[in-house]
Amino acid sequence: MVQGLGLDAFYRRREGADGVLKPLDPPSADFAGLSRANKDGTLTLELMVSGLTCGACIWLVEQALAAEPDVIRARANLSTRRLAVTWRGEAARGNDLAALIGRLGFRVAPFSPACLRASEDAEGRELTRALGIASFGAMNVMLVSVAVWAGSDMGPDTRHMMHWLTALIGLPTIAYAGMPLFRSAWRGLRAGRLNMDCAVSLGILATTAMSLSETMRNGEFTWFDGATALLALMLAGRVLDRAARRRARQSAAELLALQEGAVTVLGEAHPVPLERVEARARILVASGERLRLDAVLEEEAALLDTAATTGESLPRHFARGEALAAGGVNMGAPFIARVTAAARDGSLAAMARMLEQAEQARGRYTSLADQAARIYVPIAHLVALATFLGWWLLGDLPWQAALVPAVAALIITCPCGLAIAVPAVQVVASGALFRRGVLLSSPTGLERLANADHVVLDKTGTLTEGRPRLLPGAWKEDELRLAASLAAASRHPLARALSRACPDVAPLPGVTEVPGAGLIHGETRLGSAAFLSLPEDSGMRLHLARPGALPIAFCFEDSLRADAAAAVQEFRRAGLGVELLSGDAPGVVARIAAEAGITVCTARATPEAKAARIAALTAQGRRVLMVGDGINDAAALAAAHVSAAPAEGTDLAQAASDFVLMGGGLLPLAEAVGRARLAQRAARQNIALAFGYNIIAVPVAVAGFATPLIAALVMATSSLAVIGNALRVGR
Amino acid sequence: MDTLVWLIPLALFLGGLGLWAFIWSMRSGQYDDLDGAAARILFDDDLKKGG
Repeated sequence: MVQGLGLDAFYRRREGADGVLKPLDPPSADFAGLSRANKDGTLTLELMVSGLTCGACIWLVEQALAAEPDVIRARANLSTRRLAVTWRGEAARGNDLAALIGRLGFRVAPFSPACLRASEDAEGRELTRALGIASFGAMNVMLVSVAVWAGSDMGPDTRHMMHWLTALIGLPTIAYAGMPLFRSAWRGLRAGRLNMDCAVSLGILATTAMSLSETMRNGEFTWFDGATALLALMLAGRVLDRAARRRARQSAAELLALQEGAVTVLGEAHPVPLERVEARARILVASGERLRLDAVLEEEAALLDTAATTGESLPRHFARGEALAAGGVNMGAPFIARVTAAARDGSLAAMARMLEQAEQARGRYTSLADQAARIYVPIAHLVALATFLGWWLLGDLPWQAALVPAVAALIITCPCGLAIAVPAVQVVASGALFRRGVLLSSPTGLERLANADHVVLDKTGTLTEGRPRLLPGAWKEDELRLAASLAAASRHPLARALSRACPDVAPLPGVTEVPGAGLIHGETRLGSAAFLSLPEDSGMRLHLARPGALPIAFCFEDSLRADAAAAVQEFRRAGLGVELLSGDAPGVVARIAAEAGITVCTARATPEAKAARIAALTAQGRRVLMVGDGINDAAALAAAHVSAAPAEGTDLAQAASDFVLMGGGLLPLAEAVGRARLAQRAARQNIALAFGYNIIAVPVAVAGFATPLIAALVMATSSLAVIGNALRVGR
Repeated sequence: MDTLVWLIPLALFLGGLGLWAFIWSMRSGQYDDLDGAAARILFDDDLKKGG
């Protein structure tokens, strides 16, 4: 039962925590200033809580907070992973409360503007409300309409009253619930594009107008039922589509919020949010921390992993006064640096602006649905117009009567199946991808992935794990265990890699760390070559020195992801060319390429060279799928036909990508190509299905035989057929 | 005809009641956390203070 309720994640967490509260970590941000004062003198703090995965987690968080004497209300939201806590007292209590949640094993982050955008879903709410009203209207209109269809013995006066009744319900429904569609159609028209919403809006409005005129002159049929039902169906498709993408957007925003963090500024009591750090501030960058601002080194030396900015897998040494680009990770001792540009003027912001421009260029891609609409909408309208003119001029009908078959043709051709054809497939496919850890963040990403024919992979952090792994070497098992027992005391990336290689070793008590240099335990030392006064060496190495024994070197390298070779094969099977594009040294790149089974590789590529390579491939007519994680990949990601970034990558790379890969594997992406193609095929079939229905139904409507009943049947069956076909993609 | 005079307003009123209930539930945030709501039925109502 516990598993059935999805509560097993809670028990996993409990077992992991061993029932012990986690030690108090230093606060990641100052929460005191973020609380909001309410009218009755209480304070409310809104937080983002990562790790809320099940009902028991929200119970735990709420229970723990409610147990605090001054907390009045704590409410966690499992869908959006937000927490609102209200208390009476001082603002500074916010830090304690946030720390309390941190001790339960959850990560908290202040609610950033990016998350706010993702979850503050005013448009989604409006759509849901419109859908509720449209369904209500459609059902009630249908209730009255069925009486008219069935009541063959109904007198004309009663029928007239019934028609007025449907108008009474139908008109306000269409006026209110149609707004989201009408607005989108208007936006499309102003941009000079005929989109699907134009066709639908025109169909609904024309039908409404015709029905109103028929009601006034007491005609035999009105079509309010068709118009409202169409509206409800369209809105349902839209709400579903939005819900599917919202989940993906939120997960991405949550990742970014956790990455954002705060900066330690000298002379400030609490960490300062990134955007408030001014130029010339002096900041402290701890071991293992990512430098988030452009700065100049004020220490004698520093060791930075610049993989994110240049793609080099080996950490680089910097000297005093050298410029450090934002994005590097401190691999050595904590250092002090002077900020040269505030976040909004820095290199990251400049890159983000460049990405926006590239995004706009990509916005010109026309989706399958729009392509279909461009052909379809003019034809449908011409048919309707021809019907009207034909009946009026050749059929000698009064113009009101001639309008009836014309509008009937319009509502029957009104691409209700066509409008749901593509969203239904998108919803099902993106849901299936989400379950496999591939988040779709752009509306047309799936279509573009389906027709990609070449994949360009970045090396560090994409094809490789982006963290060091111990290489086999000339050491004995007991030496490794000794080194690991020392290394367990340190948070340095290489020491942690050593600990990972021997996870069962207990930490040695009484180890002291010389930050950025090494570890000392009595006579035994573990650390860099300089720390042990050995000749300087290259590469990622740790040395173990003991009295009376030769020093031993442990070599590390950034290892290939476990599924990298399989993913490359999968890409090949899908008919994509594979190539490696890295900023790292040629030797490493060639070795990794050989291991992954890639024949084409380029080394020492600068960010500009990467973007240029993508542009060159595009010029050759290739549709490139770019996969990368670093700041140096962002330009190439934005320039590519379609792009993906791992979730552990930089936020900039994720912002530039159509897909975010959770769970850190490439194989799901490779398999996603196949699924995207399946989805694309299903979308085409759906469009064909919807067309097929129209080819049968339109002549009936043009000939004037279509009654509202027939229109309703056509609409319902074509939508069901299309949705049924879409569901196949999810399997 | 007599029945219609009563039944139609009645039907509309009942339908309207349903619509009002839907809008009210949405305004009060009942659709905001569909995943959490499924689990909340299992929680005890009274949270302990000072424990």
